[in-house]
Amino acid sequence: MTAKINIKNVNLFYTQFQALKNVNLDIEKNEITAFIGPSGCGKSTLLKSLNRMNDLIEGCRIEGEILLDGQNIYGKIDVNALRKRVGMVFQKPNPFPMSIYENVAYGPKTHGIRSKVKLDEIVETSLKNAAIWDELKDRLKKNALSLSGGQQQRLCVARALAVEPEVLLMDEPTSALDPISTAKIEDLVLELKKKYTIVIVTHNMQQATRISDKTAFFLLGEMIEFNETETLFSIPKDKRTEDYITGRFG
Amino acid sequence: MTLNMYLKYPFSLFLKVLVILATAVTCFTLLFLIGYILLKGIPYLSLDLFSWTYNSENVSFMPSIVNTIIMVIGALLISVPFGIFSAIYLVEYAKRGNKMVGVIRITAETLAGIPSIVYGLFGMLFFVTSLKMGYSLLAGIFTVAIMILPLMMRTTEEALKAVPDIFREGSFGLGAGKLRTVFRIVLPTAIPGILAGIILSIGRIVGETAALIYTAGTVAELPKNLLSSGRTLSVHMYALSKEGLHTNQAYATAVMLLGIVLLINMLSTMMAKKIEKKS
Repeated sequence: MTAKINIKNVNLFYTQFQALKNVNLDIEKNEITAFIGPSGCGKSTLLKSLNRMNDLIEGCRIEGEILLDGQNIYGKIDVNALRKRVGMVFQKPNPFPMSIYENVAYGPKTHGIRSKVKLDEIVETSLKNAAIWDELKDRLKKNALSLSGGQQQRLCVARALAVEPEVLLMDEPTSALDPISTAKIEDLVLELKKKYTIVIVTHNMQQATRISDKTAFFLLGEMIEFNETETLFSIPKDKRTEDYITGRFG
Repeated sequence: MTLNMYLKYPFSLFLKVLVILATAVTCFTLLFLIGYILLKGIPYLSLDLFSWTYNSENVSFMPSIVNTIIMVIGALLISVPFGIFSAIYLVEYAKRGNKMVGVIRITAETLAGIPSIVYGLFGMLFFVTSLKMGYSLLAGIFTVAIMILPLMMRTTEEALKAVPDIFREGSFGLGAGKLRTVFRIVLPTAIPGILAGIILSIGRIVGETAALIYTAGTVAELPKNLLSSGRTLSVHMYALSKEGLHTNQAYATAVMLLGIVLLINMLSTMMAKKIEKKS
């Protein structure tokens, strides 16, 4: 099986500071890959470079290749089209200050869908896929900011799904949420795995063990270890991984 | 704190009295000013003042009100789009630390601090004389538009900066381009702030005299077109009190001015609330 995403010899710099050091990693289709590691280890940076969100950061420079279905995303490609294929859910829920309906419809409208019937359909399926349709179906016209944090985050998942991505990047999606909302998001992620390739950054190791198929451990910009989640947490090969997962630092 | 405590710390008592006194003086001055104008002006708000044509008998301010409205609309039509678009460029497009941006900002700040009479002199030399517009509403509109442009730009800039970056990231993350992100997400979110800038600008236009005497002239009639000379309400009030013959009517005009400013403020608060509810 060829991987959905190949990360090859990636070095990333913020002006002088090297945030990623020679990272090599393959992300398989329809699997959940978790990035773990202490703060500042580069896990979020790597995630952001998968849909070129790091382009927005001034002074950010990347070397090496990241292939999506074999095509280098740092080559001559349409960045907007890339971000349509590789969607993202952020650490802090960030619904736009508009109605729930408009939030979900924003993406499809961006990509040229105008028909009201089609948009209605997309909004409904996206909210259903994000397991939030039943809660919100009667108040689609309400402002999205009136929702609770957990609902907002699931709405953001729905919004990301509405543009029919192939890969979904999640940057600590539950770090701002309570345990019940977190559980709902985790169930959702497991469900979404059937259709999407998911990469999730988490600082919560239990979360990684609960949901991910494979886990990569990062430390100071280097990828220390990458393996099946079960193996990585039970028989870590590297001393530093063991120290981290047993709670000796981080 | 109880009285005992204050006796123990006399300095904090002193400070407390001082802040209360300062508040009282501020409120009193404001109330006194408004009360004084209302008392002096309301008795002279006769029907004569509302007639459509001005003569030296009725000293009607209706033509001036019409001129004021034309002046406000005209100047806003020019400076609002320019102000908003230049702010969008500065906040969303220009690279951070760009030298040009620094220069533009300093220019805008300096422009905002120049006394309005200087704008008036410039307007007279440039629009009235060089461009041969003569004393006209048009020359006045251009002059005032330049005057409020930096204000419009700065307030919009602040409003745009106040939009959280996570909204921009969310939009980019869905594959939206810069243009769409700016016009569909950032700008709508910033509208209440931009509206506040427009209100401030209206206030400045309505209250302007010096720059307009130089450029729009002081003819007290309804304008035939934009090239007619015409006085705004503030200029009208200035003229009446300067001539010394109609001081009472000048007070009545002041009441009208106060009323207009109050109305604008009320309308803007209502609009801001409506927009907030909608979004």
